[in-house]
Amino acid sequence: MNEKAPKLLEKATILFAGDSGDGIQLTGFQFSQNTALEGQDLSTYPDFPAEIRAPIGTVSGVSGFRINFGSQRIFTPGALVDALVAFNAAALTKNIDQLRNGGILIVDESGFSKRNLTLAHIPEDQNPLDDEALVNSYKLLRFDITQMTKEALVDVPGSPKDKTRSKNFFALGLIYWMYSRSLQQGEKLIAEKFKAGSVAFDANIKALRAGYHLGETIEETAVRFRMDAAHLAPGRYRSVMGNQAVALALIAASQKANLPLFYGSYPITPASDILHELSKQKHFGVKTFQAEDEIAAITSAIGAAYGGALAVTGSSGPGIALKGEGIGLAVILELPLVVINVQRGGPSTGLPTKTEQADLNQALYGRNGEAPLPVLAPASPTDCFDITYAAAKIAVEHMTPVMVLSDGFLANGSQPWKFPAASDLPLISPPVASEHTEDYQPYRRDENLVRKWGIPGTAGIEHRIGGLEKQDITGNISYDAENHQKMVNFRQQKIANIPVPDLAIEWGDPEGDVLVLGWGSTFGAIREAVINLRNDGVKVSQAHLRYIYPLPANFEELISGFTHILVPEMNMGQLLGYLRREISKPLTPLHKVKGVPFASLEIEEAIRQLLK
Amino acid sequence: MLKAVDYSSDQDVRWCPGCGDYSILKQVQSVLAEFEAKRESTVFISGIGCSSRFPYYLNTYGMHGIHGRATAIASGLRAVRRDLDIWVITGDGDGLSIGLGHLLHALRRNFRLKILLFNNEIYGLTKGQYSPTTPEGHRTKSSPMGVIDHPFNPLALALGADATFVARTMDRDPLHLRDVLKAAHAHEGSAFIEVYQNCNVFNDGAFFAFTDKKTKANNTVYLEAGKPMVFGENNDKVLVKEHCGIAVDTLENAQHPLVHNPGDLHQAMLLSRMFDLPETEMEQPRPFGVLYQTHRPCYEDLMQQQIQQAVEKNGAPDLDALLAGDTSWEVH
Repeated sequence: MNEKAPKLLEKATILFAGDSGDGIQLTGFQFSQNTALEGQDLSTYPDFPAEIRAPIGTVSGVSGFRINFGSQRIFTPGALVDALVAFNAAALTKNIDQLRNGGILIVDESGFSKRNLTLAHIPEDQNPLDDEALVNSYKLLRFDITQMTKEALVDVPGSPKDKTRSKNFFALGLIYWMYSRSLQQGEKLIAEKFKAGSVAFDANIKALRAGYHLGETIEETAVRFRMDAAHLAPGRYRSVMGNQAVALALIAASQKANLPLFYGSYPITPASDILHELSKQKHFGVKTFQAEDEIAAITSAIGAAYGGALAVTGSSGPGIALKGEGIGLAVILELPLVVINVQRGGPSTGLPTKTEQADLNQALYGRNGEAPLPVLAPASPTDCFDITYAAAKIAVEHMTPVMVLSDGFLANGSQPWKFPAASDLPLISPPVASEHTEDYQPYRRDENLVRKWGIPGTAGIEHRIGGLEKQDITGNISYDAENHQKMVNFRQQKIANIPVPDLAIEWGDPEGDVLVLGWGSTFGAIREAVINLRNDGVKVSQAHLRYIYPLPANFEELISGFTHILVPEMNMGQLLGYLRREISKPLTPLHKVKGVPFASLEIEEAIRQLLK
Repeated sequence: MLKAVDYSSDQDVRWCPGCGDYSILKQVQSVLAEFEAKRESTVFISGIGCSSRFPYYLNTYGMHGIHGRATAIASGLRAVRRDLDIWVITGDGDGLSIGLGHLLHALRRNFRLKILLFNNEIYGLTKGQYSPTTPEGHRTKSSPMGVIDHPFNPLALALGADATFVARTMDRDPLHLRDVLKAAHAHEGSAFIEVYQNCNVFNDGAFFAFTDKKTKANNTVYLEAGKPMVFGENNDKVLVKEHCGIAVDTLENAQHPLVHNPGDLHQAMLLSRMFDLPETEMEQPRPFGVLYQTHRPCYEDLMQQQIQQAVEKNGAPDLDALLAGDTSWEVH
């Protein structure tokens, strides 16, 4: 056999696409795990339909999973893909625009039957696989994967229809071969997911092997790649998705603060996975409460906070809108509460499965009265851990609700995570009032204006709190004019006093022509753009706001070293508007509200425009 | 030992003079003393409305929440604090209009909460609009031509939500009020108590038919477990079963007087439907007392059980193991 040496790649992007019943997410997840175990850096992103089971074979029913991986650092799930695996005509139609010219296109011919073509709205008597333009533009590898899977599984019990369900593993086997992965490692990952000896286990193992062996037989025509491990900081890693990282951080904070964790939540996309994740961890004493609505979700959490728990509620924009009054109650009661908003496309029901950053104004201003609260935003799936942990620490130590603004892109994206040791996590010290505190007053404040947490069950400090304006110190109802101003000032100043880490230049020099100032999930795209342009000699740097309110103390100073400040956001300029109230330096907006994240090229283009 | 007065806070009570709330506050303070309730482990949670000022007047723990959400706040508190004695104070607007959802869900989950719904059939704090219990045709500030909303039947609602304790009492019968509070306090689960409460400013006399000396005896029947449902000026009338319903007969003629059994859901449902309007000819008396009581596990106990089961299955919590997850790898 004439063995061609596999081509060395620095990075690659693959998109798996098929019907929502084809097991696309599982396939992508297995490939991601395999990639991580190879030591490469990666970023993944699923794209699934809003409908649970959209009609089979239709474009609206296409589920996708993209992975960008490399021996260099990876910051985003990638833009154009190098390889597209399409299990049917609809998957091809929907995603072909994402395949770069000359990219590899693997298709299952069974998914291009007459019926499939009709469902994908392809004109009669046409088959894209026979389209000359397509054949010339891409490296087309067409196989009857469904049929080949059935043949590979002749010895496995089950109907032919059951057997075709393993076709995703057949394709995965082929991809493993193509990227020079170890078959054994692939089989081990199947063993982690399916019970050894079960029919599904046997079928998937056989399909995986058959796909891998197919690669060996087509060696003459197909290209093969290899990739080195990335230069990641030494340490122990795991893979983590944003929502998962939020859940882990909440449990970690509850353990470190020695407070029971209560999570009140109502199911909503894309936040529900936090509820799922937490409800699996009951042995940590986690109490998850699936409330009857968003309002009960937050108010039950307020009740739990009153009772001395680390109380959390999570939702997405529409749910946060319903929680508004409850957040205001937590503000005036001055009880600790973490509010997670996994943003999605809005307004109203909007785009439930798409990503957006348009709830910043809601977080900052979406309540009646003067109701300030800290607003934090993670920059990546792994950062969801650090920011959520920090939010819990601030909430408890400063007796305030804190808003965490994640989004659908972070929630479902995954990354390798150098997870911390429990002993390295910062301590959390709840300001709990002790029994028989002499002259306890519920709204007496310390030097940071923080009151003591008087928890029911504590003898000798019985008191009443409520949503009516309260008298300074005693907490008794007060309608006094001067007192109201005083309390408003206290609540404002208390938040302003919260120490937050200084803003850092994430990449580049402390001075230059352009500073790209982002927040939230735009981090990766900005980083890529800044790296690329700096390679071209452009004097551009990156800074990223994780603490939006209060702003880092060095904020103005840090941005003063740049001629232009570009603020990319997946909204119509909400951070920009907020910053314009705070500082006088001119800012340049970059908006995109399409339900999809920025591509680094779009940011590069905006930077170049600025320098023209 | 604490006396009723020791449960009084230092705050001036600000209800209108003559309000039925005073009597309820007094009876609650009195039964707390009777239970020897510990002030530190007693909590009153309320929403918004006249009745919801209640917690401010008790020298225990308390929270005056937001409109309609008292039961949800209390549910969260109960979920994390099974050691506390938690009372919810709500009204017909707070509990049956803006907060009805939370009330019904708390009842079906059977959190151990004592829920006192002060029903005065009017919005008092906002000065006189009709509530979900205001009778049809009633003229109020927001219904000058008469209410066209069909009113709720609170006890039927509670039974519909599978509440495990459903009772009715009134502000003007302190003895009965105390007895019901005591029975509710002993109940291991959600206790729903509707208290007829007179708003002497905006809806004076809404319940006079049941409280006035002249009419009370014929219009009310006091339920006592194991006893026939006798009522009337001369204690000569009794409730009997008729077809699928309940009818009134004379004690003399009745072959099979109905005996109250709080464990009988079907009978409780029939009793809850005895809901004729006092203004119209009252054919049937209105029942007072514990209509229904049963036992079902409390949500917070089941929640704790699952935590115990999880600890048995997975062992003591290990944060490092959790952070590492199932699959991790070393980068050198």
